[in-house]
Amino acid sequence: MRAPVKIKTLTIDGKEVSAREGETILQVARENGIDIPTLCYLEGLEPIGACRLCLVEVKGINRLVPACVTQVEEGMEVVTNSERLIKYRQMILELLFSERNHTCSVCVVNGHCELQRLAQRLGVTHIRFPYRYPNLPIDASHERFVIDHNRCVLCTRCVRVCDEIEGAHVWDVMGRGINSRIIADLNQPWGTSEVCTSCGKCVHVCPTGALSEKGKAVAEMEKRRQFLPYLTVMRGGRQ
Amino acid sequence: MPAAAATLERPRVTPPSDDKRWRIVEATMRRHGYQPHALIETLHTVQETFGYIDEDAMRFVAQALRVPLSQVYGVVTFYHFFTLKPQGEHICVVCLGTACYIKGAPQILEAIERTYGIKPGETTKDGKLSLLAARCLGACGLAPVAVFDGQVVGKLTPEDALKQIRRWEEDDGR
Amino acid sequence: MTVDELQQLALKEQEAKQRYRCRINVCVATGCIMCGSERVKEAIEEAVKARGLEKEVLVQGVGCLGLCSAGPMIYVEPDGIIYHKVTPEDAPAIVQGLVSTPVERLICPPDLPFFKRQMKIVMENSGTIDPERIEDYIAVGGYQALIKALTEMSPSEVIEEVTKSGLRGRGGAGYPTGLKWSTVAKANGARKFVICNADEGDPGAYMDRTILESDPHRVLEGMAIAAYAVGAQQGFIYVRAEYPLAIKRLRTAIRQAERLNLLGNNILGTTFSFSVELRIGAGAFVCGEETALMASIEGKRGTPRPRPPYPAEYGLWGYPTLINNVETFANIPPIIRNGGEWFAKIGTERSKGTKVFALAGRVVNTGLIEVPMGITLREIVFDIGGGIPEGKRFKAVQTGGPSGGCIPEQFLDLPVDYESLTKVGSIMGSGGMIVMDETSCMVDVAKFFVEFCMSESCGKCVPCRVGTAHLYELLRRITAGEGTMRDLELLEELCDLVKSASLCGLGQTAPNPVLSTLRYFRHEYEAHILDKTCPAGVCAIRRAEEVPA
Repeated sequence: MRAPVKIKTLTIDGKEVSAREGETILQVARENGIDIPTLCYLEGLEPIGACRLCLVEVKGINRLVPACVTQVEEGMEVVTNSERLIKYRQMILELLFSERNHTCSVCVVNGHCELQRLAQRLGVTHIRFPYRYPNLPIDASHERFVIDHNRCVLCTRCVRVCDEIEGAHVWDVMGRGINSRIIADLNQPWGTSEVCTSCGKCVHVCPTGALSEKGKAVAEMEKRRQFLPYLTVMRGGRQ
Repeated sequence: MPAAAATLERPRVTPPSDDKRWRIVEATMRRHGYQPHALIETLHTVQETFGYIDEDAMRFVAQALRVPLSQVYGVVTFYHFFTLKPQGEHICVVCLGTACYIKGAPQILEAIERTYGIKPGETTKDGKLSLLAARCLGACGLAPVAVFDGQVVGKLTPEDALKQIRRWEEDDGR
Repeated sequence: MTVDELQQLALKEQEAKQRYRCRINVCVATGCIMCGSERVKEAIEEAVKARGLEKEVLVQGVGCLGLCSAGPMIYVEPDGIIYHKVTPEDAPAIVQGLVSTPVERLICPPDLPFFKRQMKIVMENSGTIDPERIEDYIAVGGYQALIKALTEMSPSEVIEEVTKSGLRGRGGAGYPTGLKWSTVAKANGARKFVICNADEGDPGAYMDRTILESDPHRVLEGMAIAAYAVGAQQGFIYVRAEYPLAIKRLRTAIRQAERLNLLGNNILGTTFSFSVELRIGAGAFVCGEETALMASIEGKRGTPRPRPPYPAEYGLWGYPTLINNVETFANIPPIIRNGGEWFAKIGTERSKGTKVFALAGRVVNTGLIEVPMGITLREIVFDIGGGIPEGKRFKAVQTGGPSGGCIPEQFLDLPVDYESLTKVGSIMGSGGMIVMDETSCMVDVAKFFVEFCMSESCGKCVPCRVGTAHLYELLRRITAGEGTMRDLELLEELCDLVKSASLCGLGQTAPNPVLSTLRYFRHEYEAHILDKTCPAGVCAIRRAEEVPA
């Protein structure tokens, strides 16, 4: 006999909802039409709780918890949209915009960018922190794709999709802290990678214009992610 | 620890050169059953044996332990103990722990920087001197502290530090 | 080896030691070695030989005697004389002193508050036994606690004793050790691990290094008892590469313990098996965070992951794992030997036992001290530490390293315990204690720690990666005289974000040095911004006294 699925009931923003044991706050919220902003999270990839945009308040826990990796519990009272949370989310976006060179007007994903969309939704209209203007390269050595580190937010979706789904592990992160950067193989031009299969999955999971197809002009690059849920289901893997 | 994958056929990975020192590196990997988790231990051996970790070494270790290349590079650049380039003939490590900082380590560092035109992590053009900054050597009772080619010296002044380096130059000049 | 054989070994060693009329203990921990104690030891050995006293006088290397700033230190037993600042040339006089009167000019007054006010539990053998000989440890009752646990106690009784003792984690956060152990004991797992966190990364702290250099077997014994209590078969010690001597002595200790079957299979003829491996860190402060530490043992980049799940349920390679710090494990053998109630009598209501601190900075006596919890900061700084040198004025004491804060003069009578330090905006931390006087600029100190956190941030989560970089930039501007009052507002807002939103302890505590200095030394920030002066004269802007009235 199959073990019965345990059901938990909780409230999110005052709304009573039910969930299966093991589901995350984010999953349950989205099932119930409550939208929590995310950036590093992408359904089908292992969640890592790194961008901190999905932080929510849980009554009785005195620190904030990332909704993408926190499992629901019976009787939980979750708040996803307090003034404090909104302020933090706005500041996190300010930090991201100031970290590298995000010039939307000349970006291939202008109008299709998750970072841009988040800023619009959360009403981030100006950045109070000094722009860091780092001097970062663009690698166009791959025959079909480009990586522009100026647009990268280090969400590591590319790293995860290449490792978890494609199984090639071309990408990883080098350095640490503010000097972290995405690299291919031994920090070599992407086009010279020995393990890249040119599948393009990294390009399409990238939330910004950091990874794009060659030949796209400003605002022309749209990302297609239909493959991800399909592949995840076919592998019978994670939810 | 996960069960050893010893039963799997393992194609022999040959070292990048016939330099005998690779045997030391191979011994470390063998001791850990060529498990991917031996990566950092193996890199320690490479760093100790060769003084730095170059591309050939990373490629060899990656293949032998079956760790993706980018992961090896990511690990090497994450940890400050590993270096991608050879160090200078002489190494001066200035401790920048709290006690040393309070007691004048920045002045020592500045004196060396000014005199030799190198910043922490850099080596002089002639390859003679590498300057490094340490997080804390744990010799706080004797702050400020620096290490000159492995010899730890406490209660240091900027003048002492420069004298020490000048002594290297004189010894080598002879 | 059986329990009986071990007891015989202890007796034999004790007799061998007693055959000597006296023992000259030379400190061979890192601090004194830096001052040349190894040469001193050789010189004394020669002097003893020259007088033909080898059979009467034992010269041995021992662990830290505490007063690191006055090394090399020597402790003569059974006379109880402590010599300091000894040179090899003093050796004949010291040996002569054994038969006539001690060498007056080298004597450290034994009634010095530095020694008198201390209370040694963790460091009880430090300075009296040779850390490189397991027999020395066994002779002073070493491994008796393990025997007691294995032969007289059930695992749950061991945990109960630890719980009763009230011991809390000495790594900084102060989580109850007994509770942690019982969680791991209850967790289901085909295997379990015990990890000793010896990645002592706080700048200004070297308690763990000294314990490992002075009495490594105590830590191994503590780990073995823990493994028995939680049901683990394998242990790891994750130690900083910056501590070569500690690594060497640990390697020796593990080998010796294996040889005597105090580690390995069927320890002392029981069904309990436990082995210990060393893992060497590679220079990343964040690896002191437990999930990052485990990633590093697994050979990966040391980036933390969100908790829960906690290592107790999902740890190394996914198995239940107990992680404690060096000093925590070092407290275990005496707790098992003397009972939890004995330990609980020491210290305060909620902070039991003693704490080892590394006292450094602008204070006369710098070195390593062990004091009962509840002692006041004033006693530590002015009695044990001997006050501020050169007639300067005390300004603050920094505890907890980059995760802690600066405590100003008005709290000097605060008892040192977990709660009190937290209440004033600092933390107990692992035990670094840096004294600052009027020559330290508190904005500069805050900048120092923020720079530390910025370059040690792993870069995984946004608030810590980018937030610490901006905190540093704001502080750089202020210390350069370029800051505005708006920067100060932004600084405070950013501190709040980094503290509340970062993924791991490094980021969550990174703003503490800024917040605590803002709380108590706001006027120094304002002086940099409004008057463009650095009151302490540290920052490279005009000095206060140069400003015309």
